[in-house]
Amino acid sequence: MEIRVQSETFLPGEELDAFTARVDGAGAVVSFTGIVRDDSGALAEMVIEHYPGMTERALEKIATEACERWSLADVLVIHRFGPLAPNEQIMMVATASRHRKDAFDAAEFLMDYLKSRAPFWKKERSRDGDSWVAARDSDEDALTRW
Amino acid sequence: MIDVLYFAWVRERVGLPKERVETEAETVAQLVEELRGREERYALAFSDLSALRVAVDQELTDFDAPLAGAREVAFFPPMTGG
Repeated sequence: MEIRVQSETFLPGEELDAFTARVDGAGAVVSFTGIVRDDSGALAEMVIEHYPGMTERALEKIATEACERWSLADVLVIHRFGPLAPNEQIMMVATASRHRKDAFDAAEFLMDYLKSRAPFWKKERSRDGDSWVAARDSDEDALTRW
Repeated sequence: MIDVLYFAWVRERVGLPKERVETEAETVAQLVEELRGREERYALAFSDLSALRVAVDQELTDFDAPLAGAREVAFFPPMTGG
């Protein structure tokens, strides 16, 4: 299991290659990369605030639970904080398993929990002003399926 | 003494990220009542508890949680990771 919380950017392709190389023989690797979206066309940057200490603990707890629920060879979670430009990568999750279903399901579980249980907050700075991204009820509802 | 941390718009409304608070509060809810009574900016930050989440010693919990032995309490809006 590898959990990284960092301000620096990362290269999803390189991370995925390194992850895939170290889970040699796993059979299935699933990855998700979250990217800063600029729906309005006016976004200058997205600033991600987090709770140092709790963030790492929360991510480890979520990843540990995924490892208990599914048969996984390994899990990678990278999440950035600080100011991010449109189209930059915010985070990525990768899971490896013997067969694809475990890797797919665990990746979805990790994303659902990470969205509303890991202490990150997004603020959008745009030409129209600054605003905190509100949590959506659908994000909370997504947890009930697990 | 307990460290109280604020994040996101709660931090902005209170006007600081962290402070040490001398309190006899036995639960998070009692601490919130004490903070609300301090100044308008706290009353504003804590006006709607349904819009807030709380962590005690970096574990997500609820407003009924006891504070005995706690070192750190954090208040923040619902999280928006991913």
